[in-house]
Amino acid sequence: MGEPGTKELLSLEELEAAGSFRTGRKHILSILVENKPGALTRITGLFARRGFNIDTLAVGPTDDETISRITLTLDGAVQSIDQVTKQLHKLVNVLKIRDLEPTETMARELALFKISADGGSRAEVMQVCEIFRAKIVDVSKRTLVAEVTGTQEKIDAFERLVRPFGLVEMARTGEIAIARGRAET
Amino acid sequence: MRAVDALMECLKAEGVEVVFGLPGGANLPTYDAFYDAGIRHILVRHEAGGGHAAEGYAKATGKVGVALGTSGPGATNLVTPICDAMMDSVPVVFLTGQVRTELLGTDGFQEADTIGITMPIVKHSMMIQHPLELPRAIHEAFHIARTGRPGPVVVDIPTDLSRADIPYEPITDVHLPGYQPTTDGNQKQIRLAAKALANARRPVIYAGGGAVGASAELRELATSDRLPVTCTVMGLGSFPASHPQWLGMLGMHGTRTANYAMDEADLIVAIGARFDDRVTAKLSEFAPHAKFIHIDIDPAEISKNVPAHIPIVGYASNILPRLTTEYRALKPDPARLEEWWHRIESWRARYPLAYSDSDDSEIKPQYMVQALFEATEGNAIVASDVGQHQMWAAQHYHFDRPRQWINSGGLGTMGFGLPAAMGAKVGRPEEMVVCITGDGSFQMNTQELATCAQNGIDVKVFVMNNGYLGMVRQWQELFWDRRYSQVHTGQYPDFVKLAEAYGATGVRLTDKHTLVEGMRQALATDGPVVVDVRVSAEENVYPMIAPGQAARDMVG
Repeated sequence: MGEPGTKELLSLEELEAAGSFRTGRKHILSILVENKPGALTRITGLFARRGFNIDTLAVGPTDDETISRITLTLDGAVQSIDQVTKQLHKLVNVLKIRDLEPTETMARELALFKISADGGSRAEVMQVCEIFRAKIVDVSKRTLVAEVTGTQEKIDAFERLVRPFGLVEMARTGEIAIARGRAET
Repeated sequence: MRAVDALMECLKAEGVEVVFGLPGGANLPTYDAFYDAGIRHILVRHEAGGGHAAEGYAKATGKVGVALGTSGPGATNLVTPICDAMMDSVPVVFLTGQVRTELLGTDGFQEADTIGITMPIVKHSMMIQHPLELPRAIHEAFHIARTGRPGPVVVDIPTDLSRADIPYEPITDVHLPGYQPTTDGNQKQIRLAAKALANARRPVIYAGGGAVGASAELRELATSDRLPVTCTVMGLGSFPASHPQWLGMLGMHGTRTANYAMDEADLIVAIGARFDDRVTAKLSEFAPHAKFIHIDIDPAEISKNVPAHIPIVGYASNILPRLTTEYRALKPDPARLEEWWHRIESWRARYPLAYSDSDDSEIKPQYMVQALFEATEGNAIVASDVGQHQMWAAQHYHFDRPRQWINSGGLGTMGFGLPAAMGAKVGRPEEMVVCITGDGSFQMNTQELATCAQNGIDVKVFVMNNGYLGMVRQWQELFWDRRYSQVHTGQYPDFVKLAEAYGATGVRLTDKHTLVEGMRQALATDGPVVVDVRVSAEENVYPMIAPGQAARDMVG
């Protein structure tokens, strides 16, 4: 591709091809940050600058009230993930970052599904919920709300199964994660 | 005491001698405190001028610069200097006023989200939420700006909080758990690097802005043997240009010798340099035979553009002496470099920096820099603006000392030169400070001539006047079929009259035969002087690595 500043005409395909590669490997980053104003913006801003799409993002307190944990999942090229983690380390409010290995990590997400369930289909929907150990937390005449926890994949599977019944709406928290075994995340 | 009086105490405790700024509504309390705080404040005419002056001060002295602006437009005017300081790793603390807390987020008069606007271009920033936080925040700001990889820190102070009455206790400790730069360099890696260097047959030292603070140490390493040295535009002066091991600057407008040496090197020692695209040219063909030792304070620079074989994270000033010791202990055979030097000498002889001089009185821009070098005896601190004149200055003014060359390398900010020269002169009053600028760049912060005149800041400005935005014109000529689009500026304004209007001296020089003498007279004139030097209109900067090409394919 030609250097900016030269006359060479660029095709749209070339521009797209020059965009960042995706490895397809999902990354779960667990980031401990000082509970300071703007900390989250600094982090998400950095991802935006480097051209990463954050798939999910969850923020919450830790056992230490001055520190929050940000868990985010994204899809990225290995090389650039490395660059992003290094850049994140430079943020003064960031205390610790871990790029969690999927096999050594417990990751869970919570989701709420509002599903059409009038007379005929209700029993079948409830059966699916049971298989997935989903809790039914609200029932109305035509719908019910199911609460599911599990890995992203489990929740995706649940969604696929209940969609045919009529999925009215859905809300997901994004994954949070913690390292298996004794090691600190 | 008032929070702003505590602020003054903090500045004094940090050793601040001078600040550059401009008052406004939201920082009235701060300016009331300056009234009798005993800190020198220089009133600039535009906040950007103040920001660049603080940068020039920092680059010339190695100390932290300080710039102030009010809320809203005061802060947005500082955005360019903040970004410039980020790109060139300049330690500057920016103190901005902010509207009172109850107005925050309401689009109050002169309200701008300063922290939000500057977030991607700061090393760190803090908005004061409570007056008691202020003293600690100021000390943290200086600590962060000065240590590790230096950079800009913004502290945004809402006006109501700055008026609050607080108990003030001097703060002597700064503790930032999330900010612990690695400074020492791993000994094992250093040993490994020494071994690689001792075995190299075609080594090159490639030094950037990070070597400016380790100039003596760099020299010690290079002269342990005959190790050739090249510098980036940011690193000029960290190794003396008069030294026989000096190859010249590298990169887009570097010397052929330096670029060819990089191209054929088997080992490159990068010191505080970041493999910028203006240095590597076509990345896939950059230094194809080389292994890389990369010494840098910022781990994020390691393997960012070019994978490093031996990374060493830490201050160059800590690492280089140990690398030198380890290297000497290996007693490498100096004869192994003979063939390499033979090759380098042949490039040197064949490709000196040359240009065809005029055969009449016309002043070629390259000659203008040579004349300035002669008139100043190579001793001036040179602050440059951005464009052709910057490249010619980098090529033809031979810098022998660190902090002698002050320019905007990363961001390439036109308008940087004059205020930076002003800041440098304030920081190093005993030195001769000149500004090399172009007719385009100069007009982007000319207002600071008033600041220089009013405060007797003795800078000599040399305008390389070709009536064009020269670098853009050069690219249009070479790569866009000479379709000169919006680059002609003509002879406007009359810089001599402009200088006089500002209370400075104006001189015009048009004849190459009297140029050096004219420059000497200008340098000997008291107070700020603007020298309008009329040079050839359409001269190009050569040699050049054309866009998308590799270093070995330099032209011109």
